[in-house]
Amino acid sequence: MSKKTTYWWNKWTGGAIVILLLVLTPIITILVKLFGSPGEHWSHIVSNLLPSYFANSMILLLGVGLFTFIIGVSMAWLVSIYEFPGRKYFEWLLILPLAFPSYMMSYSYVGILEYTGPLQAFLRNNFDIHIKGPIIDIMNMPGAIFILSISLFPYVYVICRASFMRQSSELQEAALLLGSSRMRVFRKIALPMARPAVAGGIALVGMEVLNDYGTVKYFGVDTFTSGIFRAWFSFGDINTAIHLSAILTLIVLLLIWLENFQRGSKGWTSGNSTSRPAIRIKPNNKSTRFIYSGLCLLVLLISFIFPLSQLFYWVSLTWRNVVDAEFGILIFRSFSLAIGSAIAIALLSIFLLYTVRISPLKWTKHIAKTASLGYAIPGAVIAVGIMIPMIEMDRLLIWLTSNQGGMIISGTLAILVLAYIVRFMAVGYNAIDAGFQKTGASVNEVARSLGSSPLRTLRKIDLPLIRNSIAAAILLAFVDILKELPLTLILRPFNYHTLATKAFDMATNEMIAESANASLVVVLTGVIPIILLNNVISRKRSES
Amino acid sequence: MRNIIKFSLIAFSITLFFSCENTSNEKVVNVYTHRHYKADDQLFAKFTEETGIKINIVNASADELIQRLETEGKNSNADILITVDAGRLYRAQEKDLLQPIESKIIETNIPENFREKDGHWFGITYRARIIAYAKDRVDPTQIQNYEDLADSIWKDKVVIRSSENIYNQSLLASIILANGEDQAKDWASKVVENMARNPKGSDRDQVKAVASGEGDIAVVNTYYIGLMLNDENEEERKAGEKVGIIFPNQSNRGTHINISGIGVTKYAPHKENAIKLIEFLSGIEAQQTLANLNYEYPINPDASKASILKTWGDFKSDTVELYKLGEYNSKAVKIFDEVGWK
Repeated sequence: MSKKTTYWWNKWTGGAIVILLLVLTPIITILVKLFGSPGEHWSHIVSNLLPSYFANSMILLLGVGLFTFIIGVSMAWLVSIYEFPGRKYFEWLLILPLAFPSYMMSYSYVGILEYTGPLQAFLRNNFDIHIKGPIIDIMNMPGAIFILSISLFPYVYVICRASFMRQSSELQEAALLLGSSRMRVFRKIALPMARPAVAGGIALVGMEVLNDYGTVKYFGVDTFTSGIFRAWFSFGDINTAIHLSAILTLIVLLLIWLENFQRGSKGWTSGNSTSRPAIRIKPNNKSTRFIYSGLCLLVLLISFIFPLSQLFYWVSLTWRNVVDAEFGILIFRSFSLAIGSAIAIALLSIFLLYTVRISPLKWTKHIAKTASLGYAIPGAVIAVGIMIPMIEMDRLLIWLTSNQGGMIISGTLAILVLAYIVRFMAVGYNAIDAGFQKTGASVNEVARSLGSSPLRTLRKIDLPLIRNSIAAAILLAFVDILKELPLTLILRPFNYHTLATKAFDMATNEMIAESANASLVVVLTGVIPIILLNNVISRKRSES
Repeated sequence: MRNIIKFSLIAFSITLFFSCENTSNEKVVNVYTHRHYKADDQLFAKFTEETGIKINIVNASADELIQRLETEGKNSNADILITVDAGRLYRAQEKDLLQPIESKIIETNIPENFREKDGHWFGITYRARIIAYAKDRVDPTQIQNYEDLADSIWKDKVVIRSSENIYNQSLLASIILANGEDQAKDWASKVVENMARNPKGSDRDQVKAVASGEGDIAVVNTYYIGLMLNDENEEERKAGEKVGIIFPNQSNRGTHINISGIGVTKYAPHKENAIKLIEFLSGIEAQQTLANLNYEYPINPDASKASILKTWGDFKSDTVELYKLGEYNSKAVKIFDEVGWK
């Protein structure tokens, strides 16, 4: 007999709620502690530092939001609407900067521009051009805006591109027939219709900006996240760190709410879902076509090729000193931690999504959506939020077992994995959700109606069907975890480094050229899924 | 399926849970060190070769190490703490993280002024904080003391790193000890006015700024000059060659020096092995490797120096008791904040 799933409470929904609670714990803990007493350094921070944390975070958000909007939307528009030499390649090459964590890009650019860097050396030795200091000093706020913009614009680019591609051609063609210029079509039709996509992309960029630690620390820009680190590591004052985390969380929640609010309840689709996408236009003027290619090439050079070359340059200078058995262990640890966590994320996402699928109750959908909230919360906040209950639990365990020594749970890999799950659940969730949507529920329902239990159906029917999405979920989560910095820095077990933390550690200890070895591994690893996934996407498109 | 998930997650978490390091009571010594130089690894390997005692290294920033020791308490596995700057060692001692030890060998090898009076910690190398000047633009006779950095002739010409850095904090502490708080604060504010740019970057960046023309004089630790002159990157070497160096205050108290130091932790499980390690590191051979590969000065007066240090010659060093640099650290930080030295 098949088990009934119409009760509001069964094994599946129960499990989903447990997962949900687990994911929400750090966030709730932080917000609750907001009403507790702040640490001893709090008043010092409020009077001296809090205003600049606010100001800097706002300026960063606005600046990066603006520039990623400009670059992302323009590139997406060019690549979707026009045909020009190399377009096919630029389409996916422009995603590559996502493989480059922003803090590694900041190290690279400082290296490129500095007095002893290759560029200035070239100018000095060949043209006798002497420049005081770096060519452009980027270790400041504008520099941080620059670096974050060029490393984060692909978020806007990808989402916008998908939206432009999906838009039906009919509206645009109608406008053109009625005499509108192409620019007007863009401004009045295409862009407004892409608005939720653009807003979503910029919101995502905003989350990443607030999450960033490596870049702002290196450039000396004081933000909330760098303040949290300072409170925790330099003052040892966890209560202050918690308070800062709470304020940051409120800002993030405000951003999320704003994004939802501005979307409102308006519909954004063109209604007819089978309309064909617009045919690409080939500009008659040859130079116009080359200008478009040039623009894409310029963006690609600045956002990926230049920093990557600097990494290769540094590696060529230092690999002999850095790449040894210890480096191998570092890679092994980094990779195994990331893969293990990614698999856990995929499994939990499957569980959550399947619960939504087999449960006819409406609110299960909200459970699943909330479990993805961790992606918006900055890594430092999640780290602090997870640490508190762990320290409490440790105290309890110590008291129970009369253990004289130090912490038991805190500082083990388990906590780090848990934190990764909270932070990156959304990545796995979205990928597997896409898989479930695509395969549809009908086969599952048929099997169920023939008497198969939910679990059996999952194993035998759904999982094989969404095989590719599971692989994609693991891959994407793996890369994101590999790149992650602030959360890992706070929660890592003592003396345990990942490639990301090692690169950060070396760069901040005046071994910036040596850090390129770890950075290069991370970047090259991140490039692979982009290439693979792109092949998958383009193959599907040519099949349809 | 769910059972499999449950089981594997539980198994996974159990193995992760207990992924702490194993300690055995064999011939082992656990070192918590802030230094991250290849020279140290070579030396530790040699120690193991000679004594059969294995060394486990834990590498982290000094703040993290001290915080960790505090958290671990009596259960700490650490035997040895190695960190840079006397101020930090003083802090560790104040937090009751170190224990006093006695050893004739150490007392012979390390001069008295580099030993904490009760044996809580010892210097194993030292470095001087010197002034680097642009060879083609600056007459070195015009800058002979740290106090001269405040002279108005150096307006917009001084480059020096952030006050957040402990080397600067200790330097200011030594100035407070020599000249008193008021004069030190006056000195600091005048230096801020003389800065060519807002403090940023590392010591080496200051030297590069002088080489490029952004400033004329910089304050830097001796070993960075050595490192730059021997760097893989030709551009770094060229930049290093553009500056000359001065050991300040030779006609009065002497140049400010600081140490890399080592101490035995309070609850060290392998105390004897730890003492053996310190004795080894203070010996002539180890001193020569430890110091010279990183262009620092060996603490053992019988050890020979790196050739570049020999070309710089001997200098008079400030003999203020090193622990006082730690005592006056918070006063120094306060003054930095008050005069706006970022």
